Amino acid sequence: MNILKQLLLGNEAVARGLYEAGVRVVSSYPGTPSTEITEYVSKFDEVYSEWAPNEKVAAEVAIGAAIAGARSFCGMKHVGLNVAADPLYTASYTGVNAGMVIAVADDPGMHSSQNEQDSRHHAIASKLPMLEPSDSAECLEFTKLAFELSEKFDTPVFIRLTTRIAHSRSLVEISDRQEIALKDFPKDPQKYVMMPAMAIKRHVVVEQRMLDIQKWGECCSINRMELHNGAEIGVIAAGDCYQYAKEALGDKANYLKLGMVNPLPVKLIKEFASKCKRLYVVEELDGIIETHCKNIGVDVVGKEVFGYLGEFSQRVVREKILGQTPEYLSVDFDVPPRPPVLCAGCPHRGLFYSLKKLGCNVSGDIGCYTLGALAPLSAMDTCICMGASVSALHGMNKARGDEFAKKSVAVIGDSTFVHSGITGLIDIAYNKGISTVIVLDNSTTGMTGHQNNPANGYTIKGDPTMAVNLEALAKACGINRVRVVDPYDMNEVQTAVSEELQHDEPSLIISRRPCALLKTVKHKPPLKVDKDRCTGCKLCMRIGCPAISMKDNKAVIDFTQCVGCGVCQQMCRFGAIVEGEGNNSAN
Amino acid sequence: MQTKNILIVGVGGQGTLLASRLLGSALLSEGFDVKVSEVHGMSQRGGSVVTYVRFGDSIASPVIEKGEADLIIAFEQLEAARWLSYLKTGGKMIVNTQRIDPMPVITGMSKYPENIIENIKAKGANVIAVDALDLAVKAGSPKAVNVVLIGVLAKNMDFDKQVWLKAIEETVPARYLELNKKAFELGYNI
Repeated sequence: MNILKQLLLGNEAVARGLYEAGVRVVSSYPGTPSTEITEYVSKFDEVYSEWAPNEKVAAEVAIGAAIAGARSFCGMKHVGLNVAADPLYTASYTGVNAGMVIAVADDPGMHSSQNEQDSRHHAIASKLPMLEPSDSAECLEFTKLAFELSEKFDTPVFIRLTTRIAHSRSLVEISDRQEIALKDFPKDPQKYVMMPAMAIKRHVVVEQRMLDIQKWGECCSINRMELHNGAEIGVIAAGDCYQYAKEALGDKANYLKLGMVNPLPVKLIKEFASKCKRLYVVEELDGIIETHCKNIGVDVVGKEVFGYLGEFSQRVVREKILGQTPEYLSVDFDVPPRPPVLCAGCPHRGLFYSLKKLGCNVSGDIGCYTLGALAPLSAMDTCICMGASVSALHGMNKARGDEFAKKSVAVIGDSTFVHSGITGLIDIAYNKGISTVIVLDNSTTGMTGHQNNPANGYTIKGDPTMAVNLEALAKACGINRVRVVDPYDMNEVQTAVSEELQHDEPSLIISRRPCALLKTVKHKPPLKVDKDRCTGCKLCMRIGCPAISMKDNKAVIDFTQCVGCGVCQQMCRFGAIVEGEGNNSAN
Repeated sequence: MQTKNILIVGVGGQGTLLASRLLGSALLSEGFDVKVSEVHGMSQRGGSVVTYVRFGDSIASPVIEKGEADLIIAFEQLEAARWLSYLKTGGKMIVNTQRIDPMPVITGMSKYPENIIENIKAKGANVIAVDALDLAVKAGSPKAVNVVLIGVLAKNMDFDKQVWLKAIEETVPARYLELNKKAFELGYNI
């Protein structure tokens, strides 16, 4: 067995590819399913890596590094690419100097996202090439190839991942890092200063470049036909869809496996079509390959049978192409759903219960705390995109007036606030709003798996650094009323929110308590229910703590989950929730 | 050899990812082609989670579909019921008898079903029920449920025991090694 074979996540394999390709600068913002690329690459000391405040900054850092002569990278999730689109669309015009690669991870099926957009549209619109690997080995190979293409054609290059590729482990052969010297810093304003006179000329270059890359794609090794004797069905696919088709159809089909999804080949597709009797395009989300085929006069079956929704699998391919539906076992009863919940001890719980009790309208945001929208807390009315809580609240309040504003708040996490909440706060102050904004400062970027951020005082490598002073920042933005509360103390939270809502000026409340899952947070012993005092009133159930359930009409606390936060004790009117002994015995 | 499919299901926070890493590492050292598909992000927060593990000569899809699993390790009873449809007819199911109420049950919107394991057995599944939480506590930590269940799995697979112990040594931090080895043995010897 080759000892260099490793079982890596697609994301880890991209990171390994970055290392081996001699990348020097990496800047990203976390976002499922892309986060582990940058986390993994941060372990290599040869690569400078950082968490940026948002994807736009990350992309600009990478563009700057590439122009300055270093191979560079930024990674993001699909919606992050919307944030980064502005610099990338123009970096398409400037081109790079050293290679630059952007990984974007789409989330078909929305495992951890607010929409199901297809990033290939961005590649087409920005006129940038996009590669799409179909397993971890290709993640590594394509990453290295992307840097070669980037330098050969003087362009940023996208790598598109989907959740299944990013978060699946498969075998990868690793090799050594290739040390690439810094290129000279070019003094070339005609190429790098994009204003009309220069950009007009650069657009010509961009259009020619796409034709050149398409020509390269007609005969490159990553766009390849796999032909099988006697097969009549032809499948055109990329990424995970290629694997699903292979699993379902095996040698009974011919395949055109596309490693580059923008630009798409023409001659190659026509040649493949001539070898098949019936041609299918298997692609998740939008019909991009299908539309291309139809545009070049190749008749394919695609979205009319596969549709636009969700994630595919071998079952989907079998059903849609072979008409097979599997038989399977099932239990005789309804299985209650198990939606994700705020963890036991989550500092957001006491805050959301308080907002519900106060009857607030809540403009929400992206993060773990979006779970505050679910029963029984049910304390969120809107959630759109990163940062929208603050600016959308301002819009609501301007639309409905001060009376509405005095019962409405925005909630936004510390990392999300730094990402894109600050500009909304400035909008409130500048335009004489009276909105109350609550920053849920849990000292981490929680939902994506605990990344450090500019507000928590640590770098990606865990080294101490400055921390954004949220109180001072708010004041500098023109918010005079700033106060800090501990969300474990529901009285304090409710007093603060009620008071700040009454003022005719904007307020910022910082609800500060580190995430209960952080290793640095010391937990108290699990709490216990005194069965003699518990009346079974279920008041403690209203906070939606996963550690509390009812057994024989009494509350019980799951010692494996409880971290002793004490929020449930504040709910109990009978003093029935008491401190445990701190051992592991069940109560 | 024919591809084998193993599903690891449970509740976010129970440590299913470590279990799949141990299994993946054992399969890798046995020289198989392996694919392991995991859940990260929002679904992890106390939700129903699944990891697909596939191994054989050459693996294409990273996921397992309904009716395709040779074996399912369920970290919790309700999750065993939820994922039963993924088991092949006559397949094996290792079920931790631990009960964790999902939020709709906690809020009273739904009822936690009775007699789950009996129902699954009646469908023809070959069930091995184990109180992995009790064994984990005996090993020294309720968090070791995952390694107890890996122990049960190891007993039901054809690899040398040393392969598993080596995987544990390579994956688990040194200060938890003894605890996890104990948890593995307790699961292996049920």
